[in-house]
Amino acid sequence: MVQERTLPQFQAPAAQISAEEGLMLYEDMVLGRFFEDKCAEMYYRGKMFGFVHLYNGQEAVSTGVIKALRHDDYVCSTYRDHVHALSAGVPAQNVMAELFGKETGCSRGRGGSMHLFSSEHNLLGGFAFIGEGIPVALGAAFQSRYRRDALGQADADQVTACFFGDGTTNNGQFFECLNMAALWNLPILFVVENNKWAIGMAHERATSQPEIYRKASVFGMPGVEVDGMDVLAVRTAAQTAIARARAGEGPTLIECLTYRFRGHSLADPDELRSKVEKETWLARDPIKRFEVYLLENNLVDEDTLRGIRDRVQTLIDDALTFAEESPEPSPDDLYKYIFAES
Amino acid sequence: MAETLMFNALREAIDEEMARDETVFVLGEDVGHYGGSYKVTKDLYQKYGELRVLDTPIAENSFTGMAVGAAMTGLRPIIEGMNMGFLLLAFNQIANNAGMLRYTSGGNFKIPMVIRGPGGVGRQLGAEHSQRLEAYFQAVPGLKIVACSTAYNAKGLLKSAIRDDNPVLFFEHVLLYNLKEDLPNHEYLVPLDKAEVVRPGKDVTILTYSRMRHHVMQAVKGLVAKGIDPEVIDLISLKPLDFATIGASIQKTHRVIIVEECMKTGGIGAEIIASINDQYFDELDAPVVRLSSQDIPTPYNGKLESLTIVQPKQIETAVEHMVALRV
Ligand SMILES: Cc1ncc(C[n+]2csc(CCOP(=O)(O)OP(=O)(O)O)c2C)c(N)n1
Ligand SMILES: [Mg+2]
Repeated sequence: MVQERTLPQFQAPAAQISAEEGLMLYEDMVLGRFFEDKCAEMYYRGKMFGFVHLYNGQEAVSTGVIKALRHDDYVCSTYRDHVHALSAGVPAQNVMAELFGKETGCSRGRGGSMHLFSSEHNLLGGFAFIGEGIPVALGAAFQSRYRRDALGQADADQVTACFFGDGTTNNGQFFECLNMAALWNLPILFVVENNKWAIGMAHERATSQPEIYRKASVFGMPGVEVDGMDVLAVRTAAQTAIARARAGEGPTLIECLTYRFRGHSLADPDELRSKVEKETWLARDPIKRFEVYLLENNLVDEDTLRGIRDRVQTLIDDALTFAEESPEPSPDDLYKYIFAES
Repeated sequence: MAETLMFNALREAIDEEMARDETVFVLGEDVGHYGGSYKVTKDLYQKYGELRVLDTPIAENSFTGMAVGAAMTGLRPIIEGMNMGFLLLAFNQIANNAGMLRYTSGGNFKIPMVIRGPGGVGRQLGAEHSQRLEAYFQAVPGLKIVACSTAYNAKGLLKSAIRDDNPVLFFEHVLLYNLKEDLPNHEYLVPLDKAEVVRPGKDVTILTYSRMRHHVMQAVKGLVAKGIDPEVIDLISLKPLDFATIGASIQKTHRVIIVEECMKTGGIGAEIIASINDQYFDELDAPVVRLSSQDIPTPYNGKLESLTIVQPKQIETAVEHMVALRV
């Protein structure tokens, strides 16, 4: 068995968060986890279709990065996008409705699990092909720089966070976009969620240099390695990168070492990953770990945390009812949205 | 009126639209300092700066995706494909993201972008530089596909394409950049979705586009001398097809010949024939004939190359045969 990479050390207490901040991060991670658990249930009950890729285990990355962004910043995801959408502020009911193929879904039932979009929340997608979201994110970042420097709009300091997996970093679009982002000093964060696997392809079987963060250096870009199971470590790295990007100092590559607690998709029997490996990573559950942190540092008490969990569960139950009761798109609208009417 | 070469007509279109709308920008390989491989963007970077006339690395798929992202967030990119053939590398971004994303997003985003550049069989450029990608792209939902053929329509169409809120693939032809024409001094637009009746006639409808329009017009000279009166229609819009204009012509002539530069298999003509059969079968007095390029990689050898594409003489003969059916 391949040895586990040593996770970089991060001194959590140094992060100095307030109780309010802690609860906000906790709630977002719990929302992600409970939402995905509900999806699994609905999929196995035959209420949800297609390929559904769940995010369990990786919550610290979505929460750590997206909750450090401003509301007018941009988020670009992959097919494993439910939780990124939730962190970005897309209401759970509209994400759930999308998974049910309903007109009230964030992509009006036309997209599905792998194609979540929300222009209102600057969520650029939802991309089902490996790597194809990276250039799109680059375009949003270019747009910010264009507005600031070509059009002289001083307030155009939006940052784009672009998420993708370890397997995707072997695709040309990753390298091409790192090059252009560094070349043009674009305000973008490349957030790699290294969960060690690309479906059944173990990361070290697919790449000549498994330490992805090192790949930034050839483009003259900072690359950082982060414990992706520690929301404060991710958040701190993201804050530094966001501040750099916003100040016009260019892109950062952040490699988050993380793990998915379920199969690649709900259709994956998940037979290749060893029991030992799974147990090692389950023991690092980012939500449990953050709970311990919050309690040990006397930021909150157990009752408050339970209250949050209950509230999130109610929210998700309501989202489910909303999705189930929402109408399907009208057959009359089959051709709607092919072209924009000028 | 000012006599203008086609590449300058295209340049004027871009210049005027960039001056009119500050969100319009150009990107591609060698569009800035070098001025474009056919000089369509010559000196524009001096006027508009390097961000608005952006020289990109040779990374077609990624800079095309970048344009999609910029378009989704409010800019209006114009991509120059140094040669349209290179856009095979951008097929993923053009199909999945430029073409389908608006629909997949349930209308969340619009993607106002133009992808333009030279294509077609030139003079012994070899197979890879002689491609006609319009046929490959026509099946992608959400794309508009336009082919210009004169300095006049090149300018007016490109301006309309830049103002359109959808992704437009805009095909120019390598051999047409030096066509000359007197262009109006005032601003004008040419609609993207209207075919152009180049020559009204009553005996047979000839549907064509891009450079083949000029081969057709050469053939027409011979045909007219023989007392035949063909109607020539330049399709302009290859997707969607302007069936109002095409249909009206069929109802008049009842005979159709398609002359195209793409290959026969899965070509633009194949699609037109299928649509004519669906909608106008009863109007036809003869089966629709299509003259297309041979189904081969364009050979380098000059003689073989000229055998690959449709020549005026073949068009003349085909029209004569079709008209003869009447007697
Ligand atoms: C272009 C393309 N090729 C193949 C696939 C099939 N595919 C879907 S996910 C995946 C693995 C991606 O792994 P990684 O980038 O590590 O992301 P993860 O799924 O682990 O989040 C593959 C090969 C695809 N979606 N797109
Ligand atoms: Mg992975």
